[in-house]
Amino acid sequence: MIKVEGLTKRYARTVAVDNISFEVEKGQIVGFLGPNGAGKTTTMRVLTCFLPPTAGSASVAGFDVLEHPLEVKKRIGYLPETPPLYPEMEVTEYLRFVGKLKGIPSGDIGRRVDDVLGRCAIGDVRNKLIGKLSKGYRQRVGLAQAIIHNPDVLVLDEPTSGLDPKQIIEIRELLKSLAGEHTIILSTHILSEVEHSCEHVIIINQGKLVAIDSVANLTNRLRGAEAVAVVVDSDGGRPNASDVQQRLEQVPGVSRVVMKDTRDSRLCFEVESLQGRQVRADVARSVVNAGWALNELRPVGLSLEDVFLQLTAAEQTEAQKVQEGASK
Amino acid sequence: MKNVLLICQKELKSYFASPIAYAVMAIFGLIFGWVFFNASRDFVRFSFQSQMTGGGGQMNVNEQIIRPLLGFAGTIALFLVPMITMRLFAEEKRMGTVELLLTSPVKDIEIILGKWLGAMLLYLCVLFMSMINIALLFAWGKPDLKPVLVAYLGLILQGGTLLAIGALISTMTKNQIIAGIATFFISLLLWLLSWFTAFDSSATAQVVNYLSIVTHFENFGKGVLDSKDVVFYISMIFFSLFLTSRSLESLRWRA
Repeated sequence: MIKVEGLTKRYARTVAVDNISFEVEKGQIVGFLGPNGAGKTTTMRVLTCFLPPTAGSASVAGFDVLEHPLEVKKRIGYLPETPPLYPEMEVTEYLRFVGKLKGIPSGDIGRRVDDVLGRCAIGDVRNKLIGKLSKGYRQRVGLAQAIIHNPDVLVLDEPTSGLDPKQIIEIRELLKSLAGEHTIILSTHILSEVEHSCEHVIIINQGKLVAIDSVANLTNRLRGAEAVAVVVDSDGGRPNASDVQQRLEQVPGVSRVVMKDTRDSRLCFEVESLQGRQVRADVARSVVNAGWALNELRPVGLSLEDVFLQLTAAEQTEAQKVQEGASK
Repeated sequence: MKNVLLICQKELKSYFASPIAYAVMAIFGLIFGWVFFNASRDFVRFSFQSQMTGGGGQMNVNEQIIRPLLGFAGTIALFLVPMITMRLFAEEKRMGTVELLLTSPVKDIEIILGKWLGAMLLYLCVLFMSMINIALLFAWGKPDLKPVLVAYLGLILQGGTLLAIGALISTMTKNQIIAGIATFFISLLLWLLSWFTAFDSSATAQVVNYLSIVTHFENFGKGVLDSKDVVFYISMIFFSLFLTSRSLESLRWRA
Protein backbone atom coordinates (compact mmCIF):
# COMPACT_ATOMS: atom_id res chain seq x y z
CA MET A 1 0.00 0.00 0.00
CA ILE A 2 2.84 2.31 0.92
CA LYS A 3 6.17 1.98 -0.76
CA VAL A 4 9.16 4.11 0.13
CA GLU A 5 12.40 3.70 -1.74
CA GLY A 6 15.68 5.42 -0.98
CA LEU A 7 13.82 8.37 0.51
CA THR A 8 16.08 11.27 1.43
CA LYS A 9 15.01 14.68 2.66
CA ARG A 10 17.55 17.40 3.13
CA TYR A 11 16.85 20.77 4.70
CA ALA A 12 19.19 23.70 4.28
CA ARG A 13 21.83 22.40 6.65
CA THR A 14 20.63 19.08 7.95
CA VAL A 15 19.69 15.72 6.52
CA ALA A 16 16.39 14.87 8.16
CA VAL A 17 15.81 11.55 6.46
CA ASP A 18 18.63 9.58 4.93
CA ASN A 19 17.98 6.89 2.35
CA ILE A 20 15.05 5.11 3.96
CA SER A 21 13.24 2.26 2.26
CA PHE A 22 10.27 0.30 3.54
CA GLU A 23 6.98 -1.13 2.48
CA VAL A 24 3.68 -1.38 4.26
CA GLU A 25 1.06 -3.93 3.26
CA LYS A 26 -2.63 -3.17 3.08
CA GLY A 27 -4.43 -3.38 6.41
CA GLN A 28 -1.35 -3.26 8.60
CA ILE A 29 -0.83 -1.00 11.57
CA VAL A 30 2.75 0.12 11.54
CA GLY A 31 4.47 1.97 14.35
CA PHE A 32 7.03 4.51 13.41
CA LEU A 33 9.42 4.72 16.26
CA GLY A 34 12.33 6.96 16.97
CA PRO A 35 13.66 9.52 19.41
CA ASN A 36 12.74 13.17 18.93
CA GLY A 37 14.24 14.60 15.78
CA ALA A 38 14.71 11.18 14.19
CA GLY A 39 12.86 12.14 11.02
CA LYS A 40 9.47 10.59 11.76
CA THR A 41 7.47 13.72 11.04
CA THR A 42 9.49 14.50 7.93
CA THR A 43 8.84 11.03 6.51
CA MET A 44 5.14 11.40 7.22
CA ARG A 45 5.07 14.80 5.58
CA VAL A 46 6.60 13.35 2.46
CA LEU A 47 4.01 10.56 2.43
CA THR A 48 1.19 13.08 2.72
CA CYS A 49 2.60 15.26 -0.07
CA PHE A 50 3.24 18.17 2.25
CA LEU A 51 6.98 18.05 1.56
CA PRO A 52 8.58 16.81 -1.62
CA PRO A 53 11.46 14.34 -1.19
CA THR A 54 14.99 15.49 -2.02
CA ALA A 55 15.82 12.09 -3.46
CA GLY A 56 14.17 8.71 -3.74
CA SER A 57 10.50 8.03 -4.16
CA ALA A 58 7.43 7.33 -2.14
CA SER A 59 4.14 6.02 -3.38
CA VAL A 60 0.76 5.43 -1.81
CA ALA A 61 -1.68 2.95 -3.36
CA GLY A 62 0.51 2.91 -6.45
CA PHE A 63 0.51 6.69 -6.93
CA ASP A 64 3.79 8.55 -6.66
CA VAL A 65 3.74 11.52 -4.28
CA LEU A 66 5.47 13.78 -6.77
CA GLU A 67 3.67 12.76 -9.95
CA HIS A 68 0.11 12.30 -8.71
CA PRO A 69 -0.16 14.27 -5.48
CA LEU A 70 -3.93 14.78 -5.82
CA GLU A 71 -4.56 11.03 -6.13
CA VAL A 72 -2.36 10.37 -3.11
CA LYS A 73 -4.03 13.10 -1.05
CA LYS A 74 -7.49 11.65 -1.80
CA ARG A 75 -6.41 8.35 -0.29
CA ILE A 76 -4.67 9.65 2.80
CA GLY A 77 -5.99 10.86 6.10
CA TYR A 78 -3.42 12.82 8.02
CA LEU A 79 -3.30 13.92 11.62
CA PRO A 80 -0.27 16.20 12.12
CA GLU A 81 1.43 16.58 15.45
CA THR A 82 -0.69 19.61 16.28
CA PRO A 83 -4.21 18.88 15.06
CA PRO A 84 -5.07 21.36 12.27
CA LEU A 85 -8.14 22.93 13.80
CA TYR A 86 -9.88 26.26 13.32
CA PRO A 87 -10.70 27.55 16.80
CA GLU A 88 -13.50 29.80 15.56
CA MET A 89 -15.48 26.89 14.08
CA GLU A 90 -17.89 24.51 15.73
CA VAL A 91 -16.99 20.83 15.67
CA THR A 92 -19.61 19.75 13.15
CA GLU A 93 -19.03 22.84 11.02
CA TYR A 94 -15.31 22.03 10.93
CA LEU A 95 -15.88 18.38 10.06
CA ARG A 96 -18.28 19.35 7.27
CA PHE A 97 -15.69 21.75 5.90
CA VAL A 98 -12.92 19.14 5.96
CA GLY A 99 -15.27 16.55 4.48
CA LYS A 100 -16.06 18.80 1.53
CA LEU A 101 -12.40 19.69 1.20
CA LYS A 102 -11.57 15.98 0.96
CA GLY A 103 -14.12 15.62 -1.82
CA ILE A 104 -17.02 13.87 -0.09
CA PRO A 105 -20.19 14.44 -2.15
CA SER A 106 -22.50 16.85 -0.31
CA GLY A 107 -25.25 14.23 -0.01
CA ASP A 108 -23.01 11.97 2.08
CA ILE A 109 -21.49 14.63 4.32
CA GLY A 110 -24.09 14.50 7.09
CA ARG A 111 -23.87 10.73 7.38
CA ARG A 112 -20.05 10.75 7.41
CA VAL A 113 -19.91 13.50 10.04
CA ASP A 114 -22.31 11.58 12.31
CA ASP A 115 -20.26 8.44 11.79
CA VAL A 116 -16.93 10.00 12.85
CA LEU A 117 -18.56 11.90 15.71
CA GLY A 118 -19.62 8.53 17.09
CA ARG A 119 -16.39 6.74 16.33
CA CYS A 120 -14.21 9.36 18.00
CA ALA A 121 -16.67 9.84 20.88
CA ILE A 122 -17.03 13.57 20.33
CA GLY A 123 -20.79 13.65 19.84
CA ASP A 124 -21.26 15.46 23.14
CA VAL A 125 -19.22 18.47 21.95
CA ARG A 126 -20.58 18.59 18.40
CA ASN A 127 -21.93 22.12 18.76
CA LYS A 128 -19.07 23.57 20.75
CA LEU A 129 -16.46 25.93 19.41
CA ILE A 130 -13.21 24.09 18.81
CA GLY A 131 -11.32 26.88 20.57
CA LYS A 132 -13.16 25.99 23.79
CA LEU A 133 -12.29 22.29 23.72
CA SER A 134 -9.74 20.59 25.95
CA LYS A 135 -6.58 19.07 24.50
CA GLY A 136 -7.99 15.54 24.54
CA TYR A 137 -11.11 16.56 22.65
CA ARG A 138 -9.08 18.54 20.15
CA GLN A 139 -6.91 15.51 19.50
CA ARG A 140 -10.01 13.44 18.87
CA VAL A 141 -11.51 16.05 16.57
CA GLY A 142 -8.18 15.94 14.73
CA LEU A 143 -8.51 12.19 14.41
CA ALA A 144 -12.11 12.53 13.24
CA GLN A 145 -10.89 14.94 10.58
CA ALA A 146 -8.34 12.37 9.39
CA ILE A 147 -10.83 9.53 8.97
CA ILE A 148 -13.82 11.47 7.70
CA HIS A 149 -13.32 10.58 4.04
CA ASN A 150 -12.66 6.92 4.83
CA PRO A 151 -9.11 6.99 3.47
CA ASP A 152 -7.17 3.88 2.51
CA VAL A 153 -4.16 5.09 4.43
CA LEU A 154 -4.08 6.86 7.77
CA VAL A 155 -0.98 8.76 8.76
CA LEU A 156 -1.04 9.77 12.41
CA ASP A 157 1.72 11.80 13.98
CA GLU A 158 1.73 11.05 17.71
CA PRO A 159 -2.02 10.46 17.92
CA THR A 160 -2.11 9.85 21.67
CA SER A 161 -0.02 12.80 22.85
CA GLY A 162 -1.83 14.89 25.43
CA LEU A 163 -4.51 12.34 26.17
CA ASP A 164 -5.28 10.85 29.54
CA PRO A 165 -4.83 7.08 30.02
CA LYS A 166 -8.49 6.31 29.47
CA GLN A 167 -8.58 8.28 26.26
CA ILE A 168 -5.37 6.59 25.12
CA ILE A 169 -7.03 3.21 25.51
CA GLU A 170 -10.06 4.47 23.59
CA ILE A 171 -7.86 5.71 20.77
CA ARG A 172 -6.02 2.38 20.67
CA GLU A 173 -9.30 0.57 20.38
CA LEU A 174 -10.45 2.94 17.69
CA LEU A 175 -7.24 2.33 15.75
CA LYS A 176 -7.68 -1.42 16.07
CA SER A 177 -11.23 -1.16 14.76
CA LEU A 178 -9.95 0.88 11.82
CA ALA A 179 -7.22 -1.61 10.93
CA GLY A 180 -8.03 -4.16 8.31
CA GLU A 181 -9.82 -1.85 5.90
CA HIS A 182 -7.34 0.96 6.52
CA THR A 183 -3.58 0.91 6.49
CA ILE A 184 -2.28 2.89 9.43
CA ILE A 185 1.10 4.44 10.09
CA LEU A 186 1.47 6.04 13.46
CA SER A 187 4.52 7.69 14.87
CA THR A 188 5.43 7.82 18.48
CA HIS A 189 8.36 7.92 20.79
CA ILE A 190 6.46 6.00 23.45
CA LEU A 191 7.31 2.35 23.09
CA SER A 192 4.40 0.85 24.96
CA GLU A 193 2.23 2.61 22.41
CA VAL A 194 3.76 0.50 19.66
CA GLU A 195 3.56 -2.69 21.70
CA HIS A 196 -0.14 -2.11 22.20
CA SER A 197 -1.39 -0.95 18.86
CA CYS A 198 0.98 -2.03 16.13
CA GLU A 199 1.76 -5.22 14.33
CA HIS A 200 4.89 -3.95 12.72
CA VAL A 201 7.45 -1.46 13.81
CA ILE A 202 9.87 0.70 11.88
CA ILE A 203 12.62 2.16 14.02
CA ILE A 204 14.51 5.15 12.74
CA ASN A 205 17.22 7.18 14.35
CA GLN A 206 18.94 10.31 13.10
CA GLY A 207 17.23 9.91 9.76
CA LYS A 208 18.43 6.36 9.22
CA LEU A 209 16.45 3.16 9.24
CA VAL A 210 17.49 0.98 12.18
CA ALA A 211 15.06 -1.91 12.13
CA ILE A 212 11.89 -3.14 10.49
CA ASP A 213 10.26 -6.12 12.09
CA SER A 214 7.03 -7.32 13.57
CA VAL A 215 6.52 -6.20 17.14
CA ALA A 216 6.15 -9.84 18.20
CA ASN A 217 9.57 -10.70 16.79
CA LEU A 218 11.27 -7.72 18.31
CA THR A 219 9.90 -8.25 21.78
CA ASN A 220 10.04 -12.04 21.71
CA ARG A 221 13.64 -11.81 20.87
CA LEU A 222 14.17 -10.74 24.44
CA ARG A 223 10.89 -10.65 26.28
CA GLY A 224 10.51 -13.46 28.81
CA ALA A 225 14.08 -14.51 28.33
CA GLU A 226 16.60 -13.52 30.94
CA ALA A 227 19.63 -11.44 30.24
CA VAL A 228 22.54 -11.45 32.63
CA ALA A 229 25.60 -9.32 32.66
CA VAL A 230 28.63 -11.40 33.65
CA VAL A 231 31.98 -9.87 34.52
CA VAL A 232 34.99 -12.13 34.97
CA ASP A 233 38.36 -10.90 36.20
CA SER A 234 41.18 -11.58 33.85
CA ASP A 235 44.73 -11.40 35.09
CA GLY A 236 47.36 -11.00 32.40
CA GLY A 237 45.26 -12.52 29.66
CA ARG A 238 44.11 -15.46 31.78
CA PRO A 239 41.46 -16.64 31.36
CA ASN A 240 41.22 -15.57 27.81
CA ALA A 241 38.01 -14.17 26.44
CA SER A 242 37.15 -16.90 23.97
CA ASP A 243 37.60 -19.61 26.63
CA VAL A 244 35.14 -17.85 28.89
CA GLN A 245 32.70 -17.29 26.06
CA GLN A 246 32.84 -20.97 25.08
CA ARG A 247 32.26 -22.10 28.63
CA LEU A 248 29.34 -19.74 29.10
CA GLU A 249 27.78 -20.92 25.89
CA GLN A 250 27.87 -24.51 27.17
CA VAL A 251 25.76 -23.63 30.21
CA PRO A 252 22.35 -25.29 29.70
CA GLY A 253 19.58 -22.85 28.85
CA VAL A 254 21.84 -20.16 27.43
CA SER A 255 20.85 -18.99 23.97
CA ARG A 256 23.44 -16.38 23.23
CA VAL A 257 26.59 -14.94 24.73
CA VAL A 258 27.68 -11.51 23.63
CA MET A 259 31.12 -10.17 24.36
CA LYS A 260 30.63 -6.61 25.60
CA ASP A 261 33.83 -5.14 26.84
CA THR A 262 37.37 -6.11 27.90
CA ARG A 263 38.59 -3.05 29.72
CA ASP A 264 40.64 -2.97 32.91
CA SER A 265 41.48 -6.66 32.76
CA ARG A 266 37.83 -7.46 33.03
CA LEU A 267 35.85 -9.52 30.62
CA CYS A 268 32.25 -8.40 30.34
CA PHE A 269 29.65 -10.60 28.70
CA GLU A 270 25.95 -10.47 28.28
CA VAL A 271 24.30 -13.85 28.53
CA GLU A 272 20.78 -14.32 27.20
CA SER A 273 18.74 -17.29 28.22
CA LEU A 274 16.19 -19.27 26.26
CA GLN A 275 12.53 -18.41 26.85
CA GLY A 276 11.53 -18.92 30.44
CA ARG A 277 14.83 -20.32 31.67
CA GLN A 278 16.64 -19.08 34.76
CA VAL A 279 20.36 -19.40 34.17
CA ARG A 280 21.96 -17.15 36.73
CA ALA A 281 22.84 -19.89 39.21
CA ASP A 282 24.21 -22.17 36.50
CA VAL A 283 26.28 -19.41 35.02
CA ALA A 284 27.78 -18.53 38.38
CA ARG A 285 28.54 -22.17 39.13
CA SER A 286 30.13 -22.68 35.79
CA VAL A 287 32.45 -19.71 36.13
CA VAL A 288 33.46 -20.53 39.69
CA ASN A 289 34.03 -24.21 38.90
CA ALA A 290 36.46 -23.21 36.19
CA GLY A 291 38.49 -21.43 38.85
CA TRP A 292 37.88 -17.94 37.49
CA ALA A 293 37.08 -14.93 39.60
CA LEU A 294 33.45 -13.94 39.12
CA ASN A 295 33.45 -10.20 39.67
CA GLU A 296 29.87 -9.36 38.92
CA LEU A 297 26.64 -11.05 38.00
CA ARG A 298 23.54 -8.99 37.55
CA PRO A 299 20.30 -9.28 35.67
CA VAL A 300 19.73 -6.86 32.83
CA GLY A 301 16.15 -5.82 32.22
CA LEU A 302 15.15 -6.20 28.62
CA SER A 303 12.16 -4.69 26.95
CA LEU A 304 11.33 -3.07 23.72
CA GLU A 305 12.90 -0.04 25.28
CA ASP A 306 16.26 -1.82 25.43
CA VAL A 307 15.90 -3.21 21.97
CA PHE A 308 15.28 0.28 20.81
CA LEU A 309 18.21 1.74 22.70
CA GLN A 310 20.49 -1.07 21.61
CA LEU A 311 19.52 -0.72 18.01
CA THR A 312 19.89 3.03 17.95
CA ALA A 313 23.16 2.91 19.89
CA ALA A 314 24.62 0.23 17.63
CA GLU A 315 23.69 2.32 14.66
CA GLN A 316 25.53 5.27 16.14
CA THR A 317 28.75 3.42 16.90
CA GLU A 318 28.75 1.94 13.41
CA ALA A 319 28.29 5.35 11.94
CA GLN A 320 31.15 6.62 14.07
CA LYS A 321 33.38 3.81 12.88
CA VAL A 322 32.56 4.60 9.29
CA GLN A 323 33.33 8.24 9.91
CA GLU A 324 36.59 7.46 11.62
CA GLY A 325 37.53 5.12 8.78
CA ALA A 326 36.74 7.81 6.26
CA SER A 327 38.77 10.43 8.12
CA LYS A 328 41.79 8.10 8.16
CA MET B 1 -14.23 25.79 -8.74
CA LYS B 2 -16.19 23.99 -6.02
CA ASN B 3 -13.11 24.05 -3.82
CA VAL B 4 -12.54 27.76 -4.47
CA LEU B 5 -16.07 28.52 -3.27
CA LEU B 6 -15.66 26.20 -0.29
CA ILE B 7 -12.51 27.98 0.87
CA CYS B 8 -13.98 31.38 0.10
CA GLN B 9 -17.02 30.52 2.22
CA LYS B 10 -14.79 29.36 5.06
CA GLU B 11 -12.75 32.58 4.93
CA LEU B 12 -15.82 34.75 4.92
CA LYS B 13 -17.26 32.84 7.88
CA SER B 14 -14.09 33.25 9.89
CA TYR B 15 -13.99 36.98 9.10
CA PHE B 16 -17.48 37.35 10.49
CA ALA B 17 -16.81 34.97 13.38
CA SER B 18 -14.03 37.28 14.55
CA PRO B 19 -14.22 41.02 15.23
CA ILE B 20 -12.17 41.82 12.10
CA ALA B 21 -15.09 42.12 9.70
CA TYR B 22 -17.15 44.29 12.04
CA ALA B 23 -14.19 46.45 13.03
CA VAL B 24 -13.17 47.09 9.44
CA MET B 25 -16.72 47.87 8.35
CA ALA B 26 -17.38 50.10 11.35
CA ILE B 27 -14.17 52.09 10.96
CA PHE B 28 -14.83 52.60 7.29
CA GLY B 29 -18.47 53.47 7.84
CA LEU B 30 -17.65 56.04 10.50
CA ILE B 31 -14.88 57.82 8.62
CA PHE B 32 -16.69 57.75 5.32
CA GLY B 33 -19.94 58.91 6.90
CA TRP B 34 -18.26 61.83 8.61
CA VAL B 35 -16.49 62.95 5.45
CA PHE B 36 -19.73 62.50 3.52
CA PHE B 37 -21.60 64.66 5.99
CA ASN B 38 -19.03 67.46 5.72
CA ALA B 39 -18.91 67.30 1.94
CA SER B 40 -22.69 67.44 1.57
CA ARG B 41 -23.04 70.27 4.11
CA ASP B 42 -20.43 72.35 2.30
CA PHE B 43 -22.06 71.55 -1.01
CA VAL B 44 -25.45 72.73 0.24
CA ARG B 45 -23.94 75.89 1.73
CA PHE B 46 -22.13 76.76 -1.52
CA SER B 47 -25.22 76.13 -3.60
CA PHE B 48 -27.23 78.54 -1.39
CA GLN B 49 -24.52 81.14 -1.73
CA SER B 50 -24.33 80.82 -5.49
CA GLN B 51 -28.13 81.09 -5.70
CA MET B 52 -28.15 84.23 -3.59
CA THR B 53 -25.29 85.93 -5.40
CA GLY B 54 -26.71 84.73 -8.70
CA GLY B 55 -24.64 83.06 -11.38
CA GLY B 56 -21.38 81.83 -9.96
CA GLY B 57 -20.00 78.41 -10.85
CA GLN B 58 -22.04 75.46 -12.04
CA MET B 59 -22.84 73.18 -9.11
CA ASN B 60 -22.44 69.43 -9.78
CA VAL B 61 -23.04 66.62 -7.24
CA ASN B 62 -20.89 64.17 -9.18
CA GLU B 63 -17.92 66.49 -9.43
CA GLN B 64 -18.11 68.07 -6.02
CA ILE B 65 -19.26 65.29 -3.72
CA ILE B 66 -19.07 61.83 -5.24
CA ARG B 67 -15.72 62.09 -6.98
CA PRO B 68 -13.63 63.35 -4.05
CA LEU B 69 -15.51 61.06 -1.68
CA LEU B 70 -14.84 57.90 -3.62
CA GLY B 71 -11.21 58.92 -4.09
CA PHE B 72 -11.10 59.28 -0.34
CA ALA B 73 -12.72 55.83 0.06
CA GLY B 74 -9.73 54.41 -1.83
CA THR B 75 -7.39 56.06 0.65
CA ILE B 76 -9.19 54.56 3.64
CA ALA B 77 -9.09 51.19 1.92
CA LEU B 78 -5.31 51.46 1.90
CA PHE B 79 -5.40 51.37 5.69
CA LEU B 80 -8.05 48.69 5.91
CA VAL B 81 -6.70 46.17 3.39
CA PRO B 82 -3.75 45.10 5.58
CA MET B 83 -6.24 44.36 8.38
CA ILE B 84 -8.17 42.13 6.00
CA THR B 85 -5.27 40.25 4.44
CA MET B 86 -2.80 39.89 7.28
CA ARG B 87 -4.38 36.73 8.64
CA LEU B 88 -5.05 35.00 5.31
CA PHE B 89 -2.03 32.68 5.33
CA ALA B 90 -0.05 33.81 8.38
CA GLU B 91 -2.79 32.54 10.67
CA GLU B 92 -2.96 29.16 8.92
CA LYS B 93 0.79 28.82 9.17
CA ARG B 94 0.81 29.66 12.85
CA MET B 95 -2.08 27.34 13.71
CA GLY B 96 -0.68 24.51 11.57
CA THR B 97 -3.90 24.35 9.58
CA VAL B 98 -1.91 25.04 6.44
CA GLU B 99 -0.90 21.38 6.74
CA LEU B 100 -4.55 20.41 6.42
CA LEU B 101 -5.05 22.56 3.33
CA LEU B 102 -1.86 21.45 1.63
CA THR B 103 -2.49 17.75 2.27
CA SER B 104 -6.09 17.88 1.05
CA PRO B 105 -6.91 17.02 -2.55
CA VAL B 106 -7.08 20.69 -3.49
CA LYS B 107 -4.79 22.60 -5.83
CA ASP B 108 -2.69 25.43 -4.42
CA ILE B 109 -4.25 27.88 -6.82
CA GLU B 110 -7.74 26.93 -5.59
CA ILE B 111 -6.69 27.71 -2.03
CA ILE B 112 -5.26 31.08 -3.08
CA LEU B 113 -8.22 32.07 -5.24
CA GLY B 114 -10.62 31.02 -2.51
CA LYS B 115 -8.87 33.10 0.08
CA TRP B 116 -8.49 36.11 -2.18
CA LEU B 117 -12.16 35.88 -3.15
CA GLY B 118 -13.14 35.69 0.52
CA ALA B 119 -11.11 38.81 1.28
CA MET B 120 -12.63 40.45 -1.80
CA LEU B 121 -16.17 39.78 -0.59
CA LEU B 122 -15.39 41.36 2.78
CA TYR B 123 -13.94 44.35 0.93
CA LEU B 124 -17.18 44.58 -1.04
CA CYS B 125 -19.08 44.59 2.25
CA VAL B 126 -16.87 47.47 3.35
CA LEU B 127 -17.55 49.37 0.12
CA PHE B 128 -21.25 48.69 0.62
CA MET B 129 -21.09 50.91 3.69
CA SER B 130 -20.25 53.84 1.41
CA MET B 131 -23.06 52.96 -0.98
CA ILE B 132 -25.57 53.73 1.76
CA ASN B 133 -24.34 57.34 1.81
CA ILE B 134 -24.13 57.62 -1.94
CA ALA B 135 -27.66 56.24 -2.22
CA LEU B 136 -28.88 59.19 -0.12
CA LEU B 137 -27.61 61.53 -2.83
CA PHE B 138 -29.64 59.62 -5.37
CA ALA B 139 -32.69 59.85 -3.15
CA TRP B 140 -32.52 63.66 -2.81
CA GLY B 141 -30.68 64.73 -5.95
CA LYS B 142 -30.10 63.67 -9.52
CA PRO B 143 -26.44 62.66 -9.86
CA ASP B 144 -25.22 60.81 -12.93
CA LEU B 145 -25.23 57.07 -12.30
CA LYS B 146 -22.60 55.99 -14.82
CA PRO B 147 -19.56 57.81 -13.38
CA VAL B 148 -20.48 56.44 -9.95
CA LEU B 149 -20.54 52.88 -11.26
CA VAL B 150 -17.20 53.38 -13.02
CA ALA B 151 -15.66 54.80 -9.84
CA TYR B 152 -16.90 51.79 -7.88
CA LEU B 153 -15.42 49.47 -10.50
CA GLY B 154 -12.15 51.34 -10.01
CA LEU B 155 -12.37 50.92 -6.25
CA ILE B 156 -13.04 47.22 -6.62
CA LEU B 157 -10.09 46.73 -8.97
CA GLN B 158 -7.80 48.83 -6.81
CA GLY B 159 -8.89 46.91 -3.70
CA GLY B 160 -8.42 43.60 -5.49
CA THR B 161 -4.85 44.58 -6.33
CA LEU B 162 -4.03 45.57 -2.77
CA LEU B 163 -5.70 42.40 -1.45
CA ALA B 164 -3.64 40.24 -3.80
CA ILE B 165 -0.45 41.96 -2.65
CA GLY B 166 -1.55 41.48 0.96
CA ALA B 167 -2.22 37.78 0.34
CA LEU B 168 1.27 37.42 -1.11
CA ILE B 169 2.89 39.03 1.91
CA SER B 170 0.78 36.95 4.27
CA THR B 171 2.30 33.74 2.84
CA MET B 172 5.76 34.94 3.78
CA THR B 173 5.44 35.04 7.56
CA LYS B 174 3.81 33.28 10.47
CA ASN B 175 3.26 36.58 12.23
CA GLN B 176 0.06 38.42 11.39
CA ILE B 177 1.31 41.74 12.70
CA ILE B 178 4.39 41.63 10.50
CA ALA B 179 2.24 40.66 7.54
CA GLY B 180 -0.11 43.57 8.24
CA ILE B 181 2.63 46.17 8.68
CA ALA B 182 4.57 45.01 5.62
CA THR B 183 1.40 45.06 3.52
CA PHE B 184 0.60 48.56 4.72
CA PHE B 185 4.03 49.95 3.87
CA ILE B 186 4.20 48.29 0.48
CA SER B 187 0.73 49.57 -0.39
CA LEU B 188 1.76 53.00 0.84
CA LEU B 189 4.87 52.87 -1.32
CA LEU B 190 2.84 51.92 -4.39
CA TRP B 191 0.53 54.79 -3.50
CA LEU B 192 3.27 57.38 -3.09
CA LEU B 193 5.22 56.43 -6.20
CA SER B 194 3.27 59.05 -8.12
CA TRP B 195 4.37 61.77 -5.66
CA PHE B 196 8.04 61.03 -6.12
CA THR B 197 7.78 61.43 -9.85
CA ALA B 198 5.24 64.23 -10.06
CA PHE B 199 7.65 66.79 -11.56
CA ASP B 200 9.87 64.38 -13.44
CA SER B 201 9.31 63.47 -17.09
CA SER B 202 12.19 61.06 -17.67
CA ALA B 203 11.48 57.51 -18.92
CA THR B 204 12.23 55.94 -15.53
CA ALA B 205 9.91 58.37 -13.83
CA GLN B 206 7.15 57.44 -16.22
CA VAL B 207 7.62 53.73 -15.53
CA VAL B 208 7.61 54.37 -11.78
CA ASN B 209 4.59 56.57 -12.17
CA TYR B 210 2.83 53.83 -14.13
CA LEU B 211 3.32 51.45 -11.21
CA SER B 212 1.63 53.79 -8.80
CA ILE B 213 -1.75 52.44 -7.85
CA VAL B 214 -3.32 55.85 -7.38
CA THR B 215 -2.60 57.26 -10.84
CA HIS B 216 -4.66 54.47 -12.36
CA PHE B 217 -7.59 55.32 -10.17
CA GLU B 218 -7.74 58.93 -11.33
CA ASN B 219 -9.50 58.07 -14.58
CA PHE B 220 -12.02 55.83 -12.83
CA GLY B 221 -12.70 58.68 -10.41
CA LYS B 222 -13.55 60.96 -13.30
CA GLY B 223 -15.91 58.32 -14.65
CA VAL B 224 -13.60 57.45 -17.52
CA LEU B 225 -13.25 53.75 -18.20
CA ASP B 226 -9.82 53.35 -19.78
CA SER B 227 -8.76 49.83 -20.78
CA LYS B 228 -5.17 50.79 -19.91
CA ASP B 229 -6.09 51.15 -16.25
CA VAL B 230 -8.26 48.02 -16.19
CA VAL B 231 -5.39 46.06 -17.72
CA PHE B 232 -3.00 47.47 -15.14
CA TYR B 233 -5.11 46.39 -12.18
CA ILE B 234 -5.99 42.99 -13.57
CA SER B 235 -2.39 42.23 -14.48
CA MET B 236 -1.26 43.35 -11.03
CA ILE B 237 -3.82 40.99 -9.48
CA PHE B 238 -2.70 38.07 -11.65
CA PHE B 239 0.96 38.78 -11.02
CA SER B 240 0.53 39.00 -7.25
CA LEU B 241 -1.58 35.85 -7.07
CA PHE B 242 0.97 34.06 -9.23
CA LEU B 243 3.74 35.09 -6.84
CA THR B 244 1.52 33.94 -3.98
CA SER B 245 1.29 30.47 -5.51
CA ARG B 246 5.08 30.40 -5.91
CA SER B 247 5.52 31.51 -2.33
CA LEU B 248 3.09 28.87 -1.11
CA GLU B 249 4.96 26.24 -3.07
CA SER B 250 8.27 27.35 -1.61
CA LEU B 251 6.72 26.70 1.78
CA ARG B 252 6.75 23.02 0.87
CA TRP B 253 10.40 23.09 -0.08
CA ARG B 254 11.54 25.06 2.94
CA ALA B 255 9.00 24.09 5.60
